[in-house]
Amino acid sequence: MTIRGREAIENRLRQRGKRAAFIPFVEAGDPNEAYSLQLIVELAQFADVIEIGIPYSDPLADGPVIQAGSLRALQAGMTLKKALALIARVRAVTNVPIVVFTYVNPVIQYGPERLLQACTEVGADGLIIPDLPYEESEEIRQLADRFKLALIPLISLTSQERITKIAASATGFAYCVSSLGVTGERANFAADLEEFVKTVKAASPVPVAVGFGVSQPEHVRTLSAYADGVIVGSALVRRCQEIAAAQNAHQPELADKALHELIQFARSLSDAAASAE
Amino acid sequence: MYPDQNGRFGEFGGKYVPETLMSALTTLEEDYSRLIQDTDFQKQLRYYLRNYSGRPTPLYYARHFTEHVGGAKIYLKREDLNHTGAHKINNTLGQGLLAKMTGKKRIIAETGAGQHGVASATVAALLGLQCTVFMGEEDMERQALNVFRMRLLGTEVVPATSGTKTLKDATNEAIRYWVEHVTDTYYIIGSVVGPHPYPMMVRDFQRVIGDETKEQILEQEGRLPDAIIACVGGGSNAMGIFYPFVHDLQVKLIGIEAAGEGIDTPRHAASIAKGRKGVLHGSMTLLLQDEYGQVQPAHSISAGLDYPGIGPEHAHLFTSKRASYEPITDQEALDAFVTLARVEGIIPALESAHAIAYAEKYAKTLPRNAIVIVNLSGRGDKDVHTVERLLGGELA
Repeated sequence: MTIRGREAIENRLRQRGKRAAFIPFVEAGDPNEAYSLQLIVELAQFADVIEIGIPYSDPLADGPVIQAGSLRALQAGMTLKKALALIARVRAVTNVPIVVFTYVNPVIQYGPERLLQACTEVGADGLIIPDLPYEESEEIRQLADRFKLALIPLISLTSQERITKIAASATGFAYCVSSLGVTGERANFAADLEEFVKTVKAASPVPVAVGFGVSQPEHVRTLSAYADGVIVGSALVRRCQEIAAAQNAHQPELADKALHELIQFARSLSDAAASAE
Repeated sequence: MYPDQNGRFGEFGGKYVPETLMSALTTLEEDYSRLIQDTDFQKQLRYYLRNYSGRPTPLYYARHFTEHVGGAKIYLKREDLNHTGAHKINNTLGQGLLAKMTGKKRIIAETGAGQHGVASATVAALLGLQCTVFMGEEDMERQALNVFRMRLLGTEVVPATSGTKTLKDATNEAIRYWVEHVTDTYYIIGSVVGPHPYPMMVRDFQRVIGDETKEQILEQEGRLPDAIIACVGGGSNAMGIFYPFVHDLQVKLIGIEAAGEGIDTPRHAASIAKGRKGVLHGSMTLLLQDEYGQVQPAHSISAGLDYPGIGPEHAHLFTSKRASYEPITDQEALDAFVTLARVEGIIPALESAHAIAYAEKYAKTLPRNAIVIVNLSGRGDKDVHTVERLLGGELA
């Protein structure tokens, strides 16, 4: 039987050895269900883990690009229930570990136990809840233990003395936030990022990945030298906007071309993660 | 004593924010508990409340309004007479001094009607702090005069263009900005909402309303009132006047929610009547949302009540049945706005007009020796333009 859950994620990141894992993020249903499914399945050919966002009305930790992607998906009718069904369809054709990225309010409304149960059933392997800090996470941590799902905590440059307890609680991987601020493409990162990641690695029983602001192959190459994984979101979601624009203009060839270009770009990021060896 | 050490009011409250803000909130908690006991801080705060804002504000026996209604005696707590025209300054003076005394050079704030924005801009000017205010694009249009006021005071006003372009989204934008600038920026939240310690801190800075009210009513009537009525958006003026009476169980506490076009229509802001438990802006509370937890847009004629959530302590007072919450529609508030202007010569803020409207209904049902206090949280100058547009023809 295939290994699923937190172990699947941890194994995949550890297997990377000297190369870093490439972890793309996309919103479920952005720009619509059909393109989203195709996009995720194609990313799965080379991604090490895929992060799938549940679109939300008030994405506090996200910058304008992911807010817009979230809105596109909501307007196209995406819901948490449909996103779970989408994940099941992805799981039917690929073995890639899947992490669900969702704000806490949808979790509360769906019911934490019901949601984690559903995640297990559709073949998702873990969760990231960016507005659920350690202090508020006990109930969901216990459920994640029970279902053997990863609950991936975010650790920030401002976490300081909090790093030890948060990193110790990490399952799947620990997610280092590269800079102060919300998600979005950035030209450069905090000066002390490498030291910060090393501190987290020393405290974490599981691999450590870096995200927020990573948008160029060059960034990926640099980070791969010391992180176990690299997460790229906004740079991909921004390209979904082009698919949406072509679709809205009733130009399916252009939409397909935009999708193809997005995949090519993601592949270049994945290659960059490998070139750190 | 609420909140508990985890920032909880019963099942509500807490800290649901991105990790980047957690250290800042802990530091804020420590700074606040230290300064609140610091005699220099207290002395300065008292000084500004008295000599700058004009406290204590009067507790006015509204004889004509009482006669007009024909029931309980109605008193008005005149928060509208504060500097900048509303209770908001009580909190911004407190938090502004806190920012100043902890060495912050820049403050940010969110605003709906613009009252908290103006009060923040004012305090920034007074204390020599840089100030940026986030305001929904739609609200900037509705409250253009307050936008100009803030700019006049030297504050930068940033339009929130995401989501519903109102208070909810201005708060999102302020939090996003804070995440990026957390090391040198102080965020002044304007209501009893947000992650711990904000709901507690804002309540503590606003309780001066209730403390004064208690002293004043004992002096004027020799007894506590039968009821206190206050409007609730996030709920800071209500929390401020309620809090010192929470343990006086004979005093009914009644919060008034904006029912907009009616709580059975989709256009209202009645988070208690129609909301469910969930997380908004960093705390567990009651909010308007769909079955999947997507936050639903609120509606009210008054920008200050146009908010899909409510402070966690109100959610707790409601579920523990210590306070009750009643809806008042746009139309009822408009009528009360005109009535109070005509019979007392006081033009209330549209927010406060909701409380006036309920007082009118409620006082009628009580005997003449009963006492009802309404928190007149702000003055209506900022709303005259809106009301003119809606009623201009009818009044002429």
